[in-house]
Formats: sequence, structure tokens, C-alpha cells
Amino acid sequence: MRHIISILLENEAGALSRVAGLFSARGYNIESLTVAPTEDASLSRMTIVTTGSEDVLEQITKQLNKLVDVVKVVDLSEAAHSERELMLIKVRATGKDREEMKRMADIFRGRIIDVTDSTYVIELTGTGNKLDSFIAALDAGLILETVRTGVCGIGRGDRILKV
Amino acid sequence: MTLTGAEIVIRCLQEEKVDYVFGYPGGSVLHIYDELFKQDDIKHILVRHEQAAVHAADAYSRSSDRVGVALVTSGPGVTNAVTGIATAYMDSIPMVVLCGQVPTYYIGQDAFQECDTVGITRPCVKHNFLVKDVKDLAATMKKAFHIAKTGRPGPVVVDIPKDITANKCEFDYPASVQMRSYNPVVKGHLGQIKKAVQMLLEAKQPIIYTGGGVVLSDASEKLVKLAKRLNFPVTNTLMGLGGYPATDKQFVGMLGMHGTYEANMTMQHADVVLAIGARFDDRVIGNPEHFGEVARKIIHVDIDPSSISKRVKVDVPIVGNVPDVLDELLKLLEESGKAAPDVSAWWQQIDAWRGKNCLGYKQKSLIEPQYVVEKLYEVTGGDAFITSDVGQHQMFAAQYYKFDKPRRWINSGGLGTMGVGLPYAMGVLFANPGAQVACITGEGSIQMCIQELSTCKQFELPVKIINLNNGMLGMVRQWQEMFYSKRYSQSYVTSIPDFVKLAEAYGHVGMRIEKPEDVEPALKKAFTEYKDRLVFMDFIIDPEANVFPMVAAGKGLSEMILSEDL
Repeated sequence: MRHIISILLENEAGALSRVAGLFSARGYNIESLTVAPTEDASLSRMTIVTTGSEDVLEQITKQLNKLVDVVKVVDLSEAAHSERELMLIKVRATGKDREEMKRMADIFRGRIIDVTDSTYVIELTGTGNKLDSFIAALDAGLILETVRTGVCGIGRGDRILKV
Repeated sequence: MTLTGAEIVIRCLQEEKVDYVFGYPGGSVLHIYDELFKQDDIKHILVRHEQAAVHAADAYSRSSDRVGVALVTSGPGVTNAVTGIATAYMDSIPMVVLCGQVPTYYIGQDAFQECDTVGITRPCVKHNFLVKDVKDLAATMKKAFHIAKTGRPGPVVVDIPKDITANKCEFDYPASVQMRSYNPVVKGHLGQIKKAVQMLLEAKQPIIYTGGGVVLSDASEKLVKLAKRLNFPVTNTLMGLGGYPATDKQFVGMLGMHGTYEANMTMQHADVVLAIGARFDDRVIGNPEHFGEVARKIIHVDIDPSSISKRVKVDVPIVGNVPDVLDELLKLLEESGKAAPDVSAWWQQIDAWRGKNCLGYKQKSLIEPQYVVEKLYEVTGGDAFITSDVGQHQMFAAQYYKFDKPRRWINSGGLGTMGVGLPYAMGVLFANPGAQVACITGEGSIQMCIQELSTCKQFELPVKIINLNNGMLGMVRQWQEMFYSKRYSQSYVTSIPDFVKLAEAYGHVGMRIEKPEDVEPALKKAFTEYKDRLVFMDFIIDPEANVFPMVAAGKGLSEMILSEDL
């Protein structure tokens, strides 16, 4: 099953490699991993999307908590949460495709953030599924480049992950 | 007071009351060695290879309640130390390893003797630090000792670049450590402990199964109290030996791959398992599916939550420090006012299993390795510190030397590192001066750290080396005999040195013992006449002796192969 793990960890050199190293050493999957400092610059927040059985997830949570740099761990997907991913996609935008690209971006509520004679860069935010659908909706031959941030997530309502 | 980084390192070690540092000098640690030279509180033990420094520091910890310290230089000093660090990590041994590093301004430039110490050691330490500012040095050292010895213990590496040891700052050693990200649980959950008590009182076929956690947390006395209160059988893992007195009638022996018949049968058929500081690893329960075929309730006490429900599903998990949890268990048992459950029928069954006499062996014209260990037990009055290497001799030692006290059995259980025996004996002797220390080894293992005979001479360490010499890598040969149709691929050791001459060349006493009747007199001589000398005793043993009982890899606990001698 797919899970979204949120981790608060000390914003120190090497902390990321401790988490990534743990996943590779113990054979856990990483679908995506994002990390950045929080409003408290001494802390980073990491979001890992992983898959595994309940037993594996229990071990992942326990092993993460064991890392000395890790302050808190929560499995966001255990309860109501919101998740988003950002994609920047560069497409060919010439001739009749130029108008079509603009229309597709509007339908998916994307924004065009860079324009040249022949290309657009479209910014799109949403769940991974939405980004996948957008890619599928485009003519593959027109996609020049894509970059995705990986998922970040947050609990709904009173679910707060803080020190 | 303004001090250099090197002075700060020494002051921190003094604050931690460190009496010995095991190490080997080199370019990046010269400032630290210069400060070591200027003081007398901390004695430095110069080994002949960094691996041995770490093993000795590790054994210093294992055989006492203190934290061993090793000091190595950058690059190859660190890479040589890695085996020692990983060995300590697998057995949860508290230890601090100080590593030199190239100056901060050289890091990342492939400087001479540079390696990514933090990166290389990361998977085999409890935690590691790279000190980038001398102002952080004292606090980092404090944290290192704190992390090493609290919670589930483990080795901590502190990587100190050379310029940091020369830079100066005010020295202030923190009195305590506060880390928001590190707060190990001590007290067990009361509700869970209550459930456990209920379960124990209703058990009909119980077993208490304990591991290294009992030894490391010095909980033996409390364990004995609990076992006596309940009259339950007790088994120990390889790492747990000595945690419960082996000569006590409730002790059914070690369990696992080479455990006793009665221990494995009792474990497999128990209806309630109280696991304390043990982790159900592959060498202990064999195939987890086979183990799971019998319905039973498991109570698991461990300080590390990740050890619980890792290999087997647990019914009552209790995360906490073993002695604290045992105190609570005992208290609640008293408060319950109930008598221990009647387990007399269970004991009858266990005694029937004991009747197999599974450790029996036939004495032939050659020396049997089991006999040597039995005689060693007698000659030392069962009161020696026994270190071992890894292989058949290790199992014979575990099976035939009956450990009544904790911290007496010093071996590499988790990583299974050949070569630890001799440096372990060194570490034990520094932590326990004057103690009887025997290193049970084989001609394969001993050659992996043989250079330490020189260290033993320098520091006059009277280790008794019990070399069970069968001219074979015995455990490999045993597996090849049993599972590879006797194709003895690379398990025959040729060109074995003359160990008597070798011992003498290093300035020690050497003996070769070839007949069964010479075993006891030779051992007696070593422990009396040569009490203060290192004696290398080369026992030429039966090359075909195998370790039994045996649970083959992938098999279940009750599917043991027993000795044909029975």
C-alpha cells in the first residue's frame, strides 16, 4: 500500500543521507522524497512516499524514529490529509499547438510561466494523479522536458506535526 | 580557559573518567597524541592494527559497565576500524571511536589519508559526528558518550579534522545533554506490564527467553528473582549467556542453531514466551514460518521498539529498560497475591527432553574440542572471562563453558567477526586486571589478528589462548560436509605456522598438546606456573568433530540434527 511519511528532522549536514541510507540499507521503497527547512530553520521537513505492507510500514516508522537526528515521524496517509506535487513542463508551442497548449493548461488550472517563440513552460500543481493525467492528455511528441518535485503533504484540520 | 581542540579532547575524556584509550597514531591525530603524552590520567594502549584497537575498546565495554574508547587516524585508520565498529554495532555495545580527519579546508579534495568517515561508518554506528568548529567539540564529545550508553547502546564515531585539534576556544564541558530528537524510553507501559503479568500467571508451558539486553543492562539479579518467583524454564541466546546462571536447575541451555535439544523444544512448544532483551533473530528461531506454526503468546520486553514485531508478531510489546520493566513485573506479581502457575507437568516434559543428553560426545584417541572446553571450565573454576572468535570453537565454548555470571562471555554474536578473540581478551584484561582470561579460538580465526601477540607482550597481558587446531576452517567444513556433499572448497588451511615457535618469537610461552591425557595438566600448568604469562596452547584436535545439535539454515527449531555419538 502507498503511504506518505512526514518527518521532522534536525537541519544538519548528513541528516538526509541518514534517512536515505536507512531506506536503501533495509530495502524499503522510496517513490519520492522531498525535503526543505521549515519556518524554524533548525528543522527540516521531509516527505517520503513509500509502499509496503503494514508490517513494513511499522518497521519504517520505528527505524526512522531510531535515527538520532529524527525528531518526529508521522504516517500522513493514516488519516485525512492533503497532498500536492508541483510540476514544471516545457512543451513545444508552435502553429496550431500554441493555442491548444494554452487551452490545456487552462483546463488543468496550470499557469504558463515562461514563453518563447516556440515553447511554453507550464507550472502545474496537484496530486500525482492529476500531473500524470496532464502528461497523458498532451501529445507526447510535444513534451520537451518535465520536472516534478515529488509529493509534499500535510494533515487536515487539527492534525499538526510540530515540535 | 582557552584550550586547543586536542587539549579539549583530553579534558573531555578525563571528565568522562576514561582510563584507557586503545589506538594507533597517524598524521591527523598527532596533536591529540601530543596532548596524551603530556598527561598521565589516561593511558594509551598501542595496538598493532586499528581493528584490534576497536575490538579491545569493545571488549572493555562488554566486560565492565564503562564505555570503551578507541582513537584512530584518518583514512586507512578509519577503514581498518570499520570491522570493529560494525561488530560493536551489531551487538549494541557502547563505545566512542575518535577518528582523525584531514583539515576542514582539505575535506573533499582527495587529500592524503582522506576518507568520508561519516559516510563510511554511517550504516554501522548508532550515530556519528563530524566536528566542523572547535566550539562544538566539547558538546559533541558529551553527546557522543551520552548517546553511546543510553537507550539501546551502540558505538558513536566522532570525526575530528586536524585543524580543529589545533584551533582554540573556551573549554566548557556541559553537565548534561538535552536533545529534542533523542529521548530513549526507560519505563515500560504499565497497562502492557499488567497484561503480561496476567498472561504469565495463566501460562501452562512457559519459557523465559533472554538475550544480550539482560547482560548489557545489568539485569541478571532481577531476572533470577523473576524466574525463581515463577519457577519457569530459562533459555539464553548466544549473547545472553551468563545473564542467567548456567548451573541453575531452571536453565535449559542456549537455544538456536546450536542450542540444546531441551532449550529448542521448550521454546518451540511453549504457550507463553517471555522474551527479554532478545530479538528472535535467524540464528535463534530458525525459520519464522515454522516457529509460527505453533500458537503461542509472546511478551516482548526491549528498549528498542524496532526490535519488537520485526521477525515475529508479538502479543504484548513492552518498550523499556529491562531492569525497570523487571522491577514492575515483580512488583505487580507480588501485588496480585497469586501463586505461580502450576508448571510441574511442563517440567516433566522438559526433563524428558533433557534426558536426550544432547551435548554428549564420545572421547576418541584424538582430543575432542568439547573435552578441552570442559577441562578449561574445571581448571578455571568456571570463573574465567572467556573470549572467542567465530566458528566451531565459539559454539563449543558457548555450549560447554557454563557461565554463571554476566559479562564473562565475550564474543561477536551479531556480525560474527573472526579475529576478535585476542583483542577482546586484551580489552577484558584492561577492564578487569588480574582476572583469568582465556581466548578460545581456532587456527583460522587467531591468524586474523595474530599481530596483537606483540601488544600483549608490550603490556604483559597474561591471556591464555586455547587454540582448537583442527587444520580446517571447521564450521565451513562442517557445512560443506553436511550440505555440499563433502566438497571441501577452500576450508583446509595449509601452511599453518608452528604456533609454539610463533608464540616464543613474540616472547610468550607456547605449548602443543596432542593427547587427551595431556589436556588437563597443560591447562593447569598454564593457569598456575605460567599464571602471569601469555600462554599459547595449540591443541591438535579431532578434525572431524562437528557441532551438535544443529538446526540447519531455513529449518525449524524442533527439526534438530543430533550427534551420532548419542
